[in-house]
Amino acid sequence: MAIAVLVVGERVAGESPDVTFELLGRGRELADALSGELAVVVVNDLDEGAQFGIADVLYVVDGMDSASYSAPQWEAAIGAVIQRVSPQVVLVSTGTVGIDLAGALATKFNAPLASYVIDVTAQGDKLVVTSQLYGGKLLSEGEIDAFPAFVSVLPGSLPVEKGRAQGSPRVEHIDAGDQLRLSKGRGTELREPDTSGVDITSAALLVSVGRGIGSKENLELVAELAEAMKAPLSASRPVIDQGWLPKPHQVGKSGKKVKPTVYLAFGISGAPEHLEGMRSAETIIACNTDPSAPIFEVAHYGTTLDLFDLVPELTDIVGG
Amino acid sequence: MHIVVAMRQLADLVEELEVNGDGTDIDRDFVKFVSNEWDEAALEEALTIKDESAASVTVVALDEPDVDQTLYAALAKGADRAVKLTGHDPSAWVRTRERAQRIASFLAHEEFDLVLTGVQAADDLDGQLAGILGSTLDIPHAAVVVGVELTGSSLRVAQELGGGLVGVSELELPAVLGVQAARQAPRYASITRIRQAMQTQKIEEQEVSLEVTTPQVTVRRLYPPEKQGGATMLTGSAKDVATEIVNILRSKGLV
Amino acid sequence: MPVGGNKQAPVITELEEAIVVSPLSGREWDVSGATSRMLESRVLTDYGSAGFARIAALEGGESLEYCYGCGKCVPVCPVDLVSEYGPRKIHRRVQTGLDLFRSDELWMCTTCGNCLRVCPKQVNMIEVMPAVREVAMADGTIPEELQQVMEKTFRYGNALGENPRRRHAWTKGADVEVRVLANDPRPVDVLFYVEDYWSYHPRGQQAAQAFARILTSLDVDFAILGSEEKTLGDSQRLAGEKGLFESLMEQVVEVLSKYQFNRIVTPDPHGFNALRKIYPKYGHDYEAMHYSQLLASMIDRIEFQGTLDAKVTFHDPCYLGRHNGEYEAPRKLLEAIPGVELLEMGRCRENSYCCGGGGGGMWLDGFNSNHASERLSERRVREAAETGADILAVACPYEVSRFEDAAKSTGNEHLRVMDIAEMLDIAMRAQDWRI
Ligand SMILES: Cc1cc2nc3c(=O)[nH]c(=O)nc-3n(C[C@H](O)[C@H](O)[C@H](O)COP(=O)(O)OP(=O)(O)OC[C@H]3O[C@@H](n4cnc5c(N)ncnc54)[C@H](O)[C@@H]3O)c2cc1C
Ligand SMILES: Cc1cc2nc3c(=O)[nH]c(=O)nc-3n(C[C@H](O)[C@H](O)[C@H](O)COP(=O)(O)OP(=O)(O)OC[C@H]3O[C@@H](n4cnc5c(N)ncnc54)[C@H](O)[C@@H]3O)c2cc1C
Ligand code: SF4
Ligand code: SF4
Repeated sequence: MAIAVLVVGERVAGESPDVTFELLGRGRELADALSGELAVVVVNDLDEGAQFGIADVLYVVDGMDSASYSAPQWEAAIGAVIQRVSPQVVLVSTGTVGIDLAGALATKFNAPLASYVIDVTAQGDKLVVTSQLYGGKLLSEGEIDAFPAFVSVLPGSLPVEKGRAQGSPRVEHIDAGDQLRLSKGRGTELREPDTSGVDITSAALLVSVGRGIGSKENLELVAELAEAMKAPLSASRPVIDQGWLPKPHQVGKSGKKVKPTVYLAFGISGAPEHLEGMRSAETIIACNTDPSAPIFEVAHYGTTLDLFDLVPELTDIVGG
Repeated sequence: MHIVVAMRQLADLVEELEVNGDGTDIDRDFVKFVSNEWDEAALEEALTIKDESAASVTVVALDEPDVDQTLYAALAKGADRAVKLTGHDPSAWVRTRERAQRIASFLAHEEFDLVLTGVQAADDLDGQLAGILGSTLDIPHAAVVVGVELTGSSLRVAQELGGGLVGVSELELPAVLGVQAARQAPRYASITRIRQAMQTQKIEEQEVSLEVTTPQVTVRRLYPPEKQGGATMLTGSAKDVATEIVNILRSKGLV
Repeated sequence: MPVGGNKQAPVITELEEAIVVSPLSGREWDVSGATSRMLESRVLTDYGSAGFARIAALEGGESLEYCYGCGKCVPVCPVDLVSEYGPRKIHRRVQTGLDLFRSDELWMCTTCGNCLRVCPKQVNMIEVMPAVREVAMADGTIPEELQQVMEKTFRYGNALGENPRRRHAWTKGADVEVRVLANDPRPVDVLFYVEDYWSYHPRGQQAAQAFARILTSLDVDFAILGSEEKTLGDSQRLAGEKGLFESLMEQVVEVLSKYQFNRIVTPDPHGFNALRKIYPKYGHDYEAMHYSQLLASMIDRIEFQGTLDAKVTFHDPCYLGRHNGEYEAPRKLLEAIPGVELLEMGRCRENSYCCGGGGGGMWLDGFNSNHASERLSERRVREAAETGADILAVACPYEVSRFEDAAKSTGNEHLRVMDIAEMLDIAMRAQDWRI
C-alpha cells in the first residue's frame, strides 16, 4: 500500500513532543480516508518505536548528529524520505522544526502548504484545512486539491491521546548520508535551558505577565504581587525578549511548560505558543483588557480589568 | 558584508478586521497597514550587525499600503538603501509563496551575504517566508532565530526549539534567517529623522514581472471564530475582583 | 540623582584650616572654619564649557546658561519637592559635567512653567527641555515608555494607541445628537476638538458626554471631527517630538481646511496651548478656546435644575493657567453652580502645583517613579484633601485619571475627582453628585 500520510517526528532531544502524537492521531484518520498507510519519520533511532504504534511504518533516518540541530540538515534528511516514499500528505507542526521544514520542502516539491492549521480533514479527493490567521482574529477554511500537500498544524489544536497507541510499526532505515553531506549547514550545539535561580516548573502558583505590562518599569508592580504571594514570576516571551525578565521565566512553546495549580495571567493575549506552555494548568485566571483575547478561551476565570488596576489591589489584599 | 532585510506590511491587529464581500480575504479598504513586528526585529538585528561591523543594509519590500512609511523609517534608523518592488496588485493579498518568488527575483540581481526577515507574519497561510525563500534561492535557512553571530564568512545562528532548548548551528553564506528576536528592542526613529530621510533619501523602485504559479490553499471562507465563552468572567471593581481571585487561591491553599 | 528622590544630605565643604594669602601684599588671613564655599576646590575648572555650548547651540536651548544661580526657581519647581530638580540644579550639574542629552534628568521636567515665572534671567525650560529632548530622540535615547507613545501617536493619531475609527465611540453614551462633520459637513459655529483622553479614556468619555449635553442644552451649534480628528500633539512636542507634532499639524490643518467653523473649543489645555501659541508660529491661525472659556461666556444662560452641595477645590492646569493666563473662567463656572463652596489650595493660580502629566510626564510614570519620592499627582491630591474639599474639580483631560489614581494611592478615596463639565451637567440635570 502506498504511504498516504507522513508525519514528521519533531523530536530533537529528549522525548517526542506532544504535537507528534497529535499529528499521528489525525494522520491515522487521513490515511484511512485516503486508503493509504500512515508513516512517521524520526531522525535517529529512538529504540522506542513501540510508542508509534498507531503508524503503519516508522522511517528512521540514520546518520544525523543527535547532539545538535540545523535546518538544512533536517531539510535534507526529511526531503530524502519524502522523495523516497512519495506521501500524499506531509504533516508537521507550526513550531520551529515545522516552520523550518514546511516552507522549504513544499517549495522544493512544488506542493501546496497550509500553515497555522487547527483542523484538517479529507473530503473526497480534497483536504479541507482550517487555519488560524491574524493572530487568531480570523479563521480560514481552505481546500487543497493537489498532492503531495504539506499541512503545518498549530501545536495543541488536535487531541493528543488518540495518537498515543502502543504497537509495532514496520521499521525502515533510510540513509540520507548523501543528501546530508551536501547540506550547507550543520548543527553544532544544543543548549539546555538555563535553569539557574527560579524554577517556574515546580511552583504551585505562578504570577505570569505578558506584553500588556508595557514596560520594564511597570514590571515592578507585578513583581511586588508575586513577592506578596510568594510565587515566582513568569512571563510570555515578549517580556523576556525585551530583557525585562531572564529567560528561565518564560512560559510557552519556547520556554517552560508549566502545570501549576493556579496560573495567574496578566496582560497575556493567549497566543497559541504561549498556551502551549500553560494550558494544562489546573486553574487559569486571566486578566486582559481585551474581552476577545484568546486567553479567555482557555481560562477558567477571567476579568477585563486593567492589570494596572487589579494588580495593586491583589497585592494589597495578599500583602495584608 | 551586504545584508538584505525583507520587510512587509500587515493589517494592523488593533483594528477589527472585516471580511470582504466574497468572504475570502479581509476588507483591505478599511484596514490600516503597519509593518510586521517581526520584520522590525530583523531590521534591528541587521542594524546591530552594521553597528559592529562594516555591513551595508538594504531593505526590500513589496509595494503595499503605507510601505513607504516603513521603508523611510528603516532608512532613518540607519539602513543604507530601500527598495520597493512593484509589478503586482498592491491592494491585494500577496500570498507568501508569491512574495518569496518576487523577493527571490529581486535578489537574483543582487550580491548579498545574508537575508533577514521576520519569523512569521499573521497571514502566512502558505508558510513562513524564510524557509520558502531559502528553498527558492537554494541557500540555507533557519527560522525562529534568536541569535546571529557573524564572524568573517561564518554564520552561527541560535534557534529556539521547543522546551526552552536552543539549537546552535553553522550555516554557509549566503543564508536566509527568519528572526524571532533581535539582541535588543527595535530602536526609535524620531519623526524628524524619518522626515529628513524622506527629503534626502530615495526609495528605489524595481518592477518584478513574474508569472506566478504556486500551488496553494484555496481559501473558501474567512470568518471570525465563535466565542466559546469558556471563562467565568469576574466583574466589579478592581477590589471586588481581587477579592474573588484571592478567595480562589485560598480555597486551594495557595495564599 | 538619588534613587527614590530623597533629598541629598548637604556636603560640608569648608576647610577646617585655611589661610588666604593676598597675591599683592603677601598678607595672610586665617579663615579656618569659615562658611565660605569659595574655599573648596574649584571644581569648575575641571570642566569645560562644552556642555552649555552644545545646549546653547540648539534653537530654544540658549537660555540655560543665562542662569546666575539666584535659586528662585528651585522652591517653586514641583519636581524638586519630590526629588532634586529645578533649573538652577540642572544648570549646576551641566556646569559640572552632566551630559544632559543622555541623563535621566532630561525627562523629568514637566514643562509646568513655574520656574520661568520667577526667574529673573528668563531661563526657559519650556524651550530648553524640548530642544535637548529632540536631539536625544534623534539619537535614539528615549525612555521606552515614551517611545511607545510616540510610535502609537504616529501610527494612530492618538497617544493611547486606540483605534482611530473609534474616536467618536463616546457619543453613543451622550444621549444627545453629536454631529460628525464628515457625515454632515455644513458650516458650524463651534468645532468641538475632543482630543485623546476625552475620546478614549472611559472617565474622559463621561466628561465629553456631559459637555455635549451642556452644549446641546445651550443650543450651541457644535460638531466634532470624529475619526478624522487626530491629537494636536502638544505634549508630544514638549516631550521632544517636534517632527511628530509638525506632521500631525499638517494633517490637522488639512482636515480643518475642509470645513467651515467659527472657533475651535477643546477641553485639553495642551491642545489649546498648541492652537493658541504654536500653530500661529507656523501661520495657522484659528480662534481657539478652552471649553471653560466658552461656557463661562454663557454662564448666565445656564439653568441649574438642582444644586451640587459640596466643598470643592480646583486644580489649575499648568497649560490653562500659567501658560495661557486663564484662571477665572473655571472659577466662574464653579462659583455659578448652586451649592458649591470653593476652597482654594495653598498653591493655586499662578503658583499652582503641577499634576506631573505635562511635557510627556503623562507617559513617563514608571520612568520618573525611579527618581521621585512620590508622584506629583499624589502630592497634589494631598494638598487638595487638606482643604477639606469633597470634590477636586479639574479642567484638563489628563487629570481625572491621574488624580483618581492618586486619591486611591494616598488613601484619599473620599475625595471625588470630577471634571467641571461633569459638575455642571450634574447640577443642570439635578442629579446627585454622590452617585
Ligand atoms: C516558534 C514560536 C515560538 C514561540 N514561543 C513562545 C513562548 O514560548 N512563549 C510565549 O509566550 N510566546 C511565544 N511565541 C510568541 C507568541 O506568538 C506571541 O507573540 C506571544 O505569546 C504574545 O505574548 P503576550 O500575550 O504577552 O503579548 P500580546 O499578544 O501583545 O498580548 C498582550 C495582551 O495584554 C493585554 N493588555 C494590554 N494592556 C493590558 C492591561 N493594562 N491590563 C490587562 N491586559 C492588558 C492585551 O489586550 C493583549 O491581549 C512564540 C512564537 C513562535 C513563532
Ligand atoms: C552663583 C554665583 C557665584 C559667584 N561666584 C563668585 C566668585 O567665585 N568670585 C567672585 O569674585 N565673585 C563671584 N560672584 C559674583 C559676586 O556676587 C560679585 O558680583 C563680585 O564678586 C563683585 O566683584 P567686584 O567686587 O570686583 O565688583 P563690584 O561689586 O562692582 O565692586 C567694585 C568695587 O570697586 C570699588 N572701586 C571702584 N573704583 C575704585 C577705585 N578707583 N579705587 C578703589 N576702589 C574702587 C567700588 O567702590 C566697588 O566697591 C558670584 C555670583 C553668583 C551669583
Ligand atoms: S518647568 Fe516646572 S518642572 Fe520644569 S524645571 Fe521648571 S518648575 Fe521644574
Ligand atoms: S531663577 Fe533663573 S537665574 Fe535664578 S537660579 Fe533659577 S534659573 Fe537661575
